[in-house]
This record gives sequence, C-alpha cells and structure tokens, in this order.
Amino acid sequence: MDALDLARWQFGITTVYHFIFVPLTIGLAPLVAIMQTAWHRTGDERWLRLTKFFGKLLLINFAIGVATGIVQEFQFGMNWSEYSRFVGDVFGAPLAMEALAAFFVESTFLGLWIFGWDKLPQRVHLATIWAVAIATNLSAFFILAANSWMQHPVGAVLNEETGRAEMVDIGAVLTNPTLLAAFPHTITAAFLTAGTFVAGIGAWWMVRSVRRGDEATARVYRSAVVLGTVTMLAAGVGVAASGDWQAKLMFDQQPMKMASAEALCEGETGAAFSLLTIGDLSNDCEGVRHVLTVPGLTSYLASGTFDSYLPGVEELQERSEVLYGEGVDYRPNLAVTYWSFRLMIGLGLGSAALAAAVLLLLRRRAVVGTRWFGTLGLAALPTPFLASSFGWVFTEMGRQPWVVAPNPNPSGVDGVWMLTATGVSTSVPAGMVLTSMIGFTLLYAVLAVLWFRLMVRYAVEGVAATETDPSPEAQRLAAQNPDDGADKPLSFAY
Amino acid sequence: MDLPTVWFVLIAVLWTGYLVLEGFDFGVGMLLPVLGRGDRERRVLINTIGPVWDGNEVWLLTAGGATFAAFPEWYASMFSGFYLALFLILLALIVRVVAFEWRGKIDDPRWRSWADRALVVGSWVPAVLWGVAFGNLVRGVHLDADHQYVGTFLDLLNPFALLGGATTALLFLTHGAVFLALKTDGEVRERAGALAERLAVATLVVAGAFAVWAQLAYSVPWTWAATAVAALALLALVATTRARREGQAFVASAVTIVAAVVLVFGSMYPDVMPALEPGSSLTVDNASSTDYTLTIMTWVAVVLTPVVLLYQGWTYWVFRKRLTVEQIPAHTGLTFDRV
Ligand code: HDD
Ligand code: HEM
Ligand code: HEM
Repeated sequence: MDALDLARWQFGITTVYHFIFVPLTIGLAPLVAIMQTAWHRTGDERWLRLTKFFGKLLLINFAIGVATGIVQEFQFGMNWSEYSRFVGDVFGAPLAMEALAAFFVESTFLGLWIFGWDKLPQRVHLATIWAVAIATNLSAFFILAANSWMQHPVGAVLNEETGRAEMVDIGAVLTNPTLLAAFPHTITAAFLTAGTFVAGIGAWWMVRSVRRGDEATARVYRSAVVLGTVTMLAAGVGVAASGDWQAKLMFDQQPMKMASAEALCEGETGAAFSLLTIGDLSNDCEGVRHVLTVPGLTSYLASGTFDSYLPGVEELQERSEVLYGEGVDYRPNLAVTYWSFRLMIGLGLGSAALAAAVLLLLRRRAVVGTRWFGTLGLAALPTPFLASSFGWVFTEMGRQPWVVAPNPNPSGVDGVWMLTATGVSTSVPAGMVLTSMIGFTLLYAVLAVLWFRLMVRYAVEGVAATETDPSPEAQRLAAQNPDDGADKPLSFAY
Repeated sequence: MDLPTVWFVLIAVLWTGYLVLEGFDFGVGMLLPVLGRGDRERRVLINTIGPVWDGNEVWLLTAGGATFAAFPEWYASMFSGFYLALFLILLALIVRVVAFEWRGKIDDPRWRSWADRALVVGSWVPAVLWGVAFGNLVRGVHLDADHQYVGTFLDLLNPFALLGGATTALLFLTHGAVFLALKTDGEVRERAGALAERLAVATLVVAGAFAVWAQLAYSVPWTWAATAVAALALLALVATTRARREGQAFVASAVTIVAAVVLVFGSMYPDVMPALEPGSSLTVDNASSTDYTLTIMTWVAVVLTPVVLLYQGWTYWVFRKRLTVEQIPAHTGLTFDRV
C-alpha cells in the first residue's frame, strides 16, 4: 500500500470511529435537556432520576467524542496537506467558526453542568445543558457545511495563478443546497439514534423491573420509553423525507454517485430499485446482476417520477472523460456504494421495529413485562449507529475518485475540483502514515472496549433508587442564600 | 496593519489563551503523583480543573482551525512537517481526555491508577513537545522551494528546540503548582506552595537561558522587550512564591507565558515558518488566504472571542472557591463486579 491508500484508510477509520459516538451526543444532549426541563417544570422526581441516569451515559460518550474529534481537526494538515493548500481558503472558515461558535460553548457549559449541580441556581443549571444541546447541533451544521462543500463546491473560484480555490461568497457556502439537505438528514439520524437508545434501554429496564415486581421503577422507565419513541417517530419521518430530498439533489449534483448507488451500469428509463444484487465485485459491469427489484423506484427517488431516465455508470464515465480529462476511472467502488446505501436504509428498520412494538404494546398507562419486548429494545439499539456509519461510507466513498467533487452546474464554479489522489501529503512517507495509523487504530480499539464496558456498566446500574437532591422549591430557597452554593460539595464530580 | 498580519497576531492570541489556560491543566496533570497522596487528594487536584480543562483545550482547536482558514499553507506545511511530533501530541491528548472523564466512573484502585498514568503521560508529552515545536519555528526548519518540509524527525530534536521543550515543561509545572496553591486548601496547598517556590528558581534559569539564546541567535531587537518582561515576571514569580502570595504568583507565571508567546511569534514575524534554506520561508503574505476570507473571519473572531472570554470568565468565577478533601465525596463511581 502506498501513502495514498494508507491515508485514505486512516481517514476512513478515524472519521467513522468519531461518528460512532457523535450521533448519540447530538441526539442525547437535547433529550437529557428535555428530561431535566420536565423535572424543573413538574418537580416529578422520576424525571430527575432519568436525567441523572442518561446524563452519565451522555458524559461517558461525550468524552470519547471529544477525544476522537481532536484528531480530525489536525488530520487534514497531516495527511492531506495538498488538499489543505487547495481548499483552506474556503474549507478552513467553517472549521474555525465551528470551534469559535460551538466547541467553546459545548465544552465550557458541559463543565458547568457537570459541576454545577447544587451550586448553580436551578434555572441557570438547566440553561447550561440546553446550551450544550444547542451547541452540539450547531457544530454539526458547520462541519457539514465544510463537508457539503466537498460534495458540491459553491461560492468559490479557482485562482489560476496559485492553483488554489478562493472563497468569494460565504453566504453561498453556508446555504449550499447540499448542506441544507445533509444537515436535517444527519441531525434527524442523530435523533433517531438517541431516541432508539433511550427507548431501547428504557424498554429493557421496564420489562426487567416489572418482572422483579417493582412497578414503581417500571413507571420511571416507561417515561423514557415514551420520550424515546416520540423522538424516534418524528426523527424517522425526518430521516426519510430529508434522505429523499438528498437523493434528488444527488441526481443533479453527483449523478455518478446515484448511478453507482444502484449499480446501474447502462442508462435506464424508469430505473428499478433493487433489493438484492449478485455480482463478482470486480467493479466492472459484466459482473452485476440485479435480482429482486422494485420497478421505477430509483427513478422516483432521483427525480420524483417513476419513468424518468437515469444515466448509467458507463455513460457517465464517458461524459466525465470529456469534461475532466481521460485516463481516470471516475467510477466509485460499486459494491461499497451499492451495499452501504442499502444497509443505511435497511438498518433504519431496527428503530422502526422498536417503535412499532411500543405502539403495539404500550397502551394507556400500562407498563409491559413481555420478555421479547426487552430483548427487542436491546437488539434495536445498535442499528441506527450502524446505519449512520454506512450513510457516511456511502456519501464519502460514492464521491470517489474526487475529494472535492466537481460542481456540474454550468452557472458554477469552474475548475474547483480535486482528485483524492492529488490531495494527499507529498512530504509524508508511507511508513509514517502507517505508524500513525497503527497507533490510532490500536488506541481506538482499547478505548472502544473501555467505552463499551462503561456504557454497559452504567446502563445495567439503572436509575438511582431515589435522588437525594432537594425539591425544586428547596433549591430555589437555597439559591436565594447569599452564599451561592460555592461551598457545597461537588456531588457530580470526577 | 494589513489583514494577514492581523491574523498572525490573532493566532498568537489564540495560542496565548491555550498555553496560559491549558498550561496549568498540564501542570496539574504532571504533578498529580507528586502532590496528590492517595486517591482522595488526587481527586482534589483533578477537580480544581475539572470544570474548565475542556474549555481550555478548545483554544487549541480554535488555533488549529484559524490557522487552516487564515494560513492554509502554514497549516499544511506545519502539520505534515511536524507529523510524528503532532501524532504523539494527539495520542497524549486523547488519553488525557478520556482519563479525566472516565477516572471517577469506576471505583477501583487499579482503574484509577491506570487513569493516573494516562493523565501524567498525557500531560507531560504535550508540555514538552509544544516547546520543541515552537523552538523549531523560531530557529527555522528545512523547507524546499514549495514550502514542503524536507527535514527529518531527528532534525527537530536539536539542542535549541530541546531547550524549548524543557522551558515549556518547567513553565507549565510551575504554573500548575502555583495554580494548585491558589485553588486548594490544607496540606495540598502547603505542598504545592513549597514546590512552586523551588520550581520557580529552576524555571528562571532554564527559561532565561532559552530566551537569551533565542534573542541573540534568531530574533529581532524589539522582542528584547518581551524577554525583559519575561525576566521580570520570572523574578516576581520567585519572590511571590517565596512569600506565598498565591494570586500574585499566578499572575506572574501567566505573564511569563504571555511574554514567551510574544517572543516566539515576534521572532518569527514576518515569517510564519522560517526556512533554513534562503528564500523558502513561508511568510505571512505567501501563506495567507485571500482578503475576503480574512475579512469574514475577522468579523467572526471579533464578535465571538469576547463572548467566549465572558462565559469562560464566568465559569472561573462560579468555581472560584478553594477545594479541600472535605468537599470531595468519599466515593464516586461504580465497580465493574456487577456485570
Ligand atoms: C454531524 C456531526 C459531526 C461530524 C460530521 C463531525 N463531528 Fe466532530 N464533533 C461533533 C459533531 C460532528 C460533536 C457532536 O459536536 C462532537 C462530539 C462530541 C463532542 O464533544 O462534540 C464533536 C467533537 C469534535 C471535536 C472536539 C470538540 C471539543 O473538544 O469539544 C473536534 C475537534 C471535532 N469534532 C472535529 C471534527 C472534524 C474536523 C470533523 C470532520 C472530519 C468532524 N468533527 C466530524
Ligand atoms: C463523521 C462522518 C464522516 C464519515 C464517517 C466519513 C467517512 C469517510 C470515509 C469512509 C472516507 C474514505 C473514503 C475513501 O478513501 O475511499 C472518507 C474520506 C474523506 N472524508 Fe469523510 N467522513 C465523514 C465526514 C467528513 C467530513 C465532515 C469531512 C470534511 C469536513 C470529510 C472529509 C473527508 C476527506 C478529506 C476524505 C479523504 C479523501 C478520501 O480518502 O476520500 N469527511 N470519509
Ligand atoms: C428512507 C431512508 C433513507 C434515505 C432515502 C436516505 C438517503 C440518503 C442519501 C441519498 C444520502 C447521501 C447524500 C449524498 O451523498 O449526497 C444519505 C446519507 C446519509 N444517511 Fe441516509 N437515507 C435514509 C435513511 C437513513 C437512516 C435510517 C440513517 C441513520 C440512522 C441515515 C444516515 C445517513 C448519514 C449519517 C448520511 C451521511 C451524511 C449525509 O450525507 O447526510 N440515513 N442518505
């Protein structure tokens, strides 16, 4: 393997790893904020117990999200320095804005939330978790602005003299149509992840509590199941709607990605959506054979009508050779794009099954002790995490061989494109990339094990039997005390 | 001042924020086994920075992002050139982050001692390597005509840069000890004060030697002002730690770090990455983005940085009280035995 392949593997490994934890943080922070708000409003101790329970899981997860994010910030310079030289003018701006506008808020206010229990007035303390929740979502916006620009460059021109892309319109970069579709899709996917997490753990515990004859505790978890399921339902609709929208954009902006998502070799009118394809994965059209298809569905996904024409991979290859030069294989890896797209959508069924079971079983005020329901809760848990990862693998691998895909819009942005192969650092030898890749991968493997054990351990502990915190009323009185709690012990400390 | 120079200054400001704030975080981590006897005391040390270390670290991420946006060539050449050094720093920062957050989650001596090791290593490695990196930036590195780094990792370990590493390590140790004396009470405070007194003298010698060497060999006349401020602050540090004036000592060590950043960035200017080969240097002008990007980023920075300072300042105020062992609950966390 040369430095390029290694750098690609390293980037894939580190980003996918980062994005295992990120969706949970993005979705769970607002859900914890909602739980705490419910406690604040109603004074019902149930919500406080849930806030602390899921809050601890959030913190364990947040740590590893931060730890793996630091690498991302510097990787572009380390492994992709030619890319960084080319795009820094445009791409660096959202990254810097993300740090200034979101990361600072996130990290500072999370510190306040953790250590502020009993110290800050209750209202202020509640505001800190909301600040965290908003900031994590804002950070997603900025990073997706950067990523969307790589999928569909806008607001930039090529400076022929320096050979670098130059930003001319920040407004266009921050309202990139690709971004306006990718942001809701990623965010709703994150909420689906967190909703499934809360409902799944809640379901498992509710069943467990009922079977132990502890109806009171089962009721606590029932609230989690309801909150999680409402989130799942809303987010599920959002994911499908925004995904549909993305597919239509992709048809315009990256037709090659659309065609390879369907492993569509020759152009087709009324292209079918295949559920299963067999082939020899040789990335060559001879080997692909669709079995099990839904007629017209791909055409519908791409353009909104069942009988539109969809160009195939071969045709697009020829078109690209005319536009961008010969001698380059412009086709992404068909097997990877084809299957990652299906796995993304298909794994969404995990959450759907859990939501359906809840709707079926959970009537009126009842708690449920049906064993398979608890098992389903746990089984559904990992599916949205996997779906998100496959979504990214699809988006990023489907963009290949480009690192900055050309904008096909004729009004657009001429010459602002870059092949992945030319973006890699030229001054970094393969051995060095290999060293860092092994280092990161080994460390990440250890951390993954620890993360998993911690999450399981804290999930198995369940909610505290009671929370010793004073009622909202008592807290309010304490807050009026001139000594504003600074002397109190650190109840949530390290 | 033209925009690229403004951004050079802004990036220096971001590094200043990072090194002053994370400097004491590193110091606390480095001193953990020295000043904290037993788990409860170590938790006192860790909790002095518990609410703030993550926010402090974001100054680094912002400096990185700002360098990418304002000086893409600098970002590209520096991070690909200092590849292994940066890789080691990243590994260290990762283990440090998870150790902070996960240490208290499991109530088990072996788990905690692993977390302590991670905190110590995760604090020492960057504390030394940032100094080495800045030493090289002052001294100049091997760049070819395309501004690509062409030296080796061993080239970065030259005596001047290593002295830079010793300087930052000692500075952060002292800064951390002074911070702990200011933020704790009882025995830990005593110990931290006594250690700070000794460390201050060592820092005066080593940092003084580095500054004079930098000044004579690589710098420009006006940075003598920064060197003078650093010298005065270090003398004040020696005096105030001896007198146990903890607040003043903290100001003195913070001013020393600020002056050191001014010295480093002042001697680089107008280069952002001086080359040992004539004509190959990356300069403020040939490394920067276009005026359009810089203008946008200036607005963003000018509006947001004061807000960040406000709420971070507020955080320090909320957690202004000294910590003692009594405020630390006897146990936190669960044990693994139930799974
Ligand atoms: C859609 C969301 C998303 C995506 C695509 C990425 N991240 Fe991320 N990142 C987050 C969403 C996020 C987050 C939810 O905001 C995190 C996770 C945990 C956290 O603290 O913030 C985070 C953490 C995080 C941190 C640590 C921040 C801190 O200390 O608080 C950095 C430096 C990055 N990320 C940088 C990146 C880069 C350079 C990416 C591109 C390759 C990237 N992230 C992809
Ligand atoms: C967190 C979600 C993301 C995941 C899971 C992800 C995944 C991947 C994968 C699997 C690759 C390797 C593709 C290949 O080399 O064939 C890749 C490449 C890349 N991605 Fe992403 N990506 C994510 C987000 C981003 C974002 C937000 C950016 C930009 C801000 C980005 C920039 C890149 C770059 C520069 C490459 C290197 C070129 C390449 O190897 O293709 N990615 N990504
Ligand atoms: C009806 C179902 C879905 C459709 C039609 C759909 C469609 C799409 C499309 C077309 C893309 C690629 C965008 C591009 O490359 O330009 C994408 C990416 C992605 N999908 Fe989906 N998706 C669906 C379900 C899901 C589910 C269930 C999840 C996760 C829970 C998910 C998570 C993602 C993620 C994280 C990405 C990458 C980021 C992005 O480009 O937005 N998707 N999806």
